[in-house]
Amino acid sequence: METSLKMDVPVQHSLLDSTNQNIISRPIDRVEGPLKVSGQARYAAEFKLPGMAHGVLVGAQIGKGSVARIDAGGVEAMAGVLGVVTDFDLFLRNSAQGMATEAPCQGVREIAYFGQPIALVVATTFEQARHAAQALEVTYEKGEGRFDFDAEQGKAQPKDSTLSSQGDIDAALAQAHGRVDGVWTTPSQTSAAMEPHASLAHWEGDSLVLYGSYQMLSTNRMQLADALGLDIEKVRIRAHYVGGGFGAKLGIAAESVAAALAAKALGRPVRVVMTRQQVFETTVRRSNTRQRVRLAADTDGRLTAVAHETLTANLDGEDFSEPVSAATKFLYGGANRTFGNEIVRMDQVLSGSMRAPGEAVGMLALEGAMDELAEKLGLDPVELRLRNLPDRHPGSDLPFSSRSLAECLTIGARDFGWPRRNRQPAATLDGEWWIGLGMAAAARSNMLIKSSARVSLQPDGRALVETDMTDIGTGTYTVLAQITAELLGLRVEDVAVHLGDTTFPPASGSGGSFGAASAGSSVYLACEKLREAIAGQLGGDVDTLVLSDGMARMGNISVPLADLDTGPLDATATIEPGETGENFVQAAFGAHFAEVGVNAHTGEVRVRRMESTFAAGRILNEKTATSQCYGGIVFGIGGALTEEMIHDTRHGAIVNRDLAEYHLPVNADVPQLKVRFLEERDHAANPLLAKGIGELGISGAGAALANAVYNACGVRVRDFPITLDKLIADLPDLP
Amino acid sequence: MRPFDYQRAPSAQAAAELGAAAPASRFIAGGTNLLDLMKIEVERPETLIDISRLPLDTIEQTDEGGLRIGALVTNSDLAADPRVRRDYAVLSRALLAGASGQLRNKATTGGNLLQRTRCYYFYNPAMPCNKRDPGSGCAALEGENRIHAILGASAHCIATHPSDMAVAMLALDARVEVLAADGSTRTIALGDLHRLPGETPHIETTLNDGDLITAVTLPAPPGGRHIYRKVRDRASFAFALTSVAAVVELVDGRIATARLAFGGLAPKPWRDRAVEEALVGQAPSPALWQRAADMVLGEAQGHGSNDFKIPLVRRTLASVLDAACAGEK
Ligand SMILES: Cc1cc2nc3c(=O)[nH]c(=O)nc-3n(C[C@H](O)[C@H](O)[C@H](O)COP(=O)(O)OP(=O)(O)OC[C@H]3O[C@@H](n4cnc5c(N)ncnc54)[C@H](O)[C@@H]3O)c2cc1C
Ligand code: SF4
Repeated sequence: METSLKMDVPVQHSLLDSTNQNIISRPIDRVEGPLKVSGQARYAAEFKLPGMAHGVLVGAQIGKGSVARIDAGGVEAMAGVLGVVTDFDLFLRNSAQGMATEAPCQGVREIAYFGQPIALVVATTFEQARHAAQALEVTYEKGEGRFDFDAEQGKAQPKDSTLSSQGDIDAALAQAHGRVDGVWTTPSQTSAAMEPHASLAHWEGDSLVLYGSYQMLSTNRMQLADALGLDIEKVRIRAHYVGGGFGAKLGIAAESVAAALAAKALGRPVRVVMTRQQVFETTVRRSNTRQRVRLAADTDGRLTAVAHETLTANLDGEDFSEPVSAATKFLYGGANRTFGNEIVRMDQVLSGSMRAPGEAVGMLALEGAMDELAEKLGLDPVELRLRNLPDRHPGSDLPFSSRSLAECLTIGARDFGWPRRNRQPAATLDGEWWIGLGMAAAARSNMLIKSSARVSLQPDGRALVETDMTDIGTGTYTVLAQITAELLGLRVEDVAVHLGDTTFPPASGSGGSFGAASAGSSVYLACEKLREAIAGQLGGDVDTLVLSDGMARMGNISVPLADLDTGPLDATATIEPGETGENFVQAAFGAHFAEVGVNAHTGEVRVRRMESTFAAGRILNEKTATSQCYGGIVFGIGGALTEEMIHDTRHGAIVNRDLAEYHLPVNADVPQLKVRFLEERDHAANPLLAKGIGELGISGAGAALANAVYNACGVRVRDFPITLDKLIADLPDLP
Repeated sequence: MRPFDYQRAPSAQAAAELGAAAPASRFIAGGTNLLDLMKIEVERPETLIDISRLPLDTIEQTDEGGLRIGALVTNSDLAADPRVRRDYAVLSRALLAGASGQLRNKATTGGNLLQRTRCYYFYNPAMPCNKRDPGSGCAALEGENRIHAILGASAHCIATHPSDMAVAMLALDARVEVLAADGSTRTIALGDLHRLPGETPHIETTLNDGDLITAVTLPAPPGGRHIYRKVRDRASFAFALTSVAAVVELVDGRIATARLAFGGLAPKPWRDRAVEEALVGQAPSPALWQRAADMVLGEAQGHGSNDFKIPLVRRTLASVLDAACAGEK
């Protein structure tokens, strides 16, 4: 059976609100947890195939120019070496952008950035390959590179599609009662997923099977097929478990094509695992940004002008630019509005989507500016936000599908103890620590992406879910099992979920916070279809069908699911975005409240307390959703306080390319976080009435911290991360 | 990682002999620094001499009332030793401020002293680095040098020594016991173990080929108040931007003894006796702390991104001395 739904009109009623199995939303443990903690969940680099060889990528040791010659002779004579494989036309120069349906930029004779892969050295063991890769002799022709953003920013090009303007910003600023006009900067960041990129390629005749570590298999498959000139049917990707991605695995990266070509050339499976340094150098980064924000408000504290103009960087020929002002466009009202986005061309590793592209960095500037404005107006920052929530999208005039932001702000403020905050900066000391409170709103656009799944009822009465959706550590296995169990009246243990294989129906993949809602909706639709089929077998109306405890009941009839005619009883369903995506502003919202300490002597910042309240439609599993928010907030802490990927402006090499010197927050940097969800349903979003949650936690989290730092010690830092060197010069003296 | 020979040393003496006989050799203890560097081929030993099973893992009382710490005592065990916690608290605190629990379980006393710099460019073989490739230049001097030295550096190298443990040991007047290949033993004051870079930043210590560190000795407990203050870019698991080890004793409101050592500032753990002498006999005061900082930083030189270390040291030192004398002013 097949079924599909295009979201052209809101879904009035979701079955999840009437099946009453008490399974959906429950904070159950991840179903694959035991496999992971016992090492049985196999990741790409953990598969072993007979005759498998090991490849190690060789990265360019210059930042711009071309390869004059690769002298493989010496290396080929080294112990264990099976070959030096390169293809100046086919090797990937850049990773693919998320959701691309074609190959990314190929061709590696030209060097576009430092560390760009140019060859693969393959040997019998990983150690031999790594040693030989380090020994490979490459002669370069050096070119002139653009490595200094400050020097290049004058040459920025507008990205037209994102320029928009209404009203007269300058006039509104001139007449304002209170205004802010500032420049915020954020550095390059890297996703630093725990599992490095890895591919194991193996050919079955002229078909390729690739064990990979990717987020969106159905488009990854298209990218890979296109890169290799293969029919899509000839490519299968398997990624049953993925150790984090955060955007860096949305598109295929260099190791996949290199492994595939090497496996073909050598006639044996080849596994390529990137080193941590290569993950930094050759996958994808979040661009650094330069953001000018201007806000103007009248005497009532109502915004009259909102302008957010940004500069981001990318390689020549790459279209992506961080959508920095994404949330600014709809979060607050104000009649006069300007948004601009310009790209600076730099010879640095690809910029692409990293968790919450746009909001993650844009909210640092917007919510920092709102804090400054509140101070200028003498208004409480929460009150300023409450006064400026627009009824409809201030640009397009579309309605919001659901928006519990005011509730998040007020409930969050109350529970945090916000009213006790001293507005005066540098007014509270605890020993040698200045203590401050800060807050910020959170918003992240909601998306639905076409997604398919097959659900089948097995002869033993259990259910099987199959889709090429991925679980990148988020809880997909668990929520899909929960949706199925809830709708088919089964125990979660009686639902098997098979993911991460392109032989299954194509799913949305994991990205943009749309995975659970998109893949989950396809599973929902398939279960709905199965319910109809079961009702049909029982000869009655599906509305009177009750599925519970593995039994189907209707009127006086009661049949174990195992006794139904299951040969076969399956449904393949597809959800597709439709007009509700165009007719509504869809976003998840929240509010962060934070307490920090700033050391009065050293300027070290420590987060002491953080509470966040979110509303994101139906929460599918309170535990995995909370964990997603924790993870997002930790990203926010890193973005605000510690993370900065530094490119050397002389040659474009990344200076801090390991986890010792690229400072992710560690446990000691993160206090016990408190996350709360407000009850909400979004009927325009999808049949689950759920919205995305994976990126919401980051949005605004760092701004709440920056605002708390100001409240603590009176120093405003607009240049992220807020490291101690940016504070010490201006710290107030201890009383 | 280059292919290498591996030998397990049957005794300390054999280790020293093997080390002297095979010049391109390295001892391996916990391996937490050496293996990382071998993987990226910054360290390229032809022979690895495994000393990790030698019986140098005990902490004993010395006849002088101090402690003799075997070179293979792990950082975790040393930090947890009740005598260290009671009598040499600054050392315990320094150790616990370093690395992570997992690393401290592997890291050894000898290896910690001889760990190499964390200079970013030292870790990237594509970059010029006089310490890694003598004569190739120093990429940090005009590059990113946020974590680099402001004291004791040279135009050839501005890298810091990253150890926390060694800073505390320096403040405690530790001595390093060394066994040479010819069977002779000697002790070196900890402050004389590391060399300043000068024109030869690749020569980092005063040890000879084959010299095996067998122990570190601490003199009788110094008393006083012990503080280890490490300032870093995150709350844990980061190297010191600057650190101060202080052991200070106040008698009748005046400083009777002061031992101060600094980390994160110089190519070696840094101690300035003149500063300590200037403090002795004085009553604690902010002005005195500033004079002490002036003396420590007299020759300090920033290189761009590490300029902030100069005011940071000033502020950190003042707060440490304040805390050391707190309640007794
Ligand atoms: C991510 C990370 C973070 C870290 N953070 C910190 C930190 O914050 N503070 C800090 O102080 N340290 C830190 N460390 C460093 C850690 O403390 C050292 O790696 C460790 O102490 C080295 O000890 P080891 O026994 O493993 O030495 P090895 O790696 O085995 O050896 C290091 C060197 O010492 C030589 N050696 C070892 N033992 C002897 C001996 N007995 N005689 C002669 N030579 C010898 C070896 O030949 C080698 O050259 C960190 C390390 C890592 C990887
Ligand atoms: S500071 Fe020293 S270790 Fe760093 S690049 Fe310069 S010479 Fe090499």
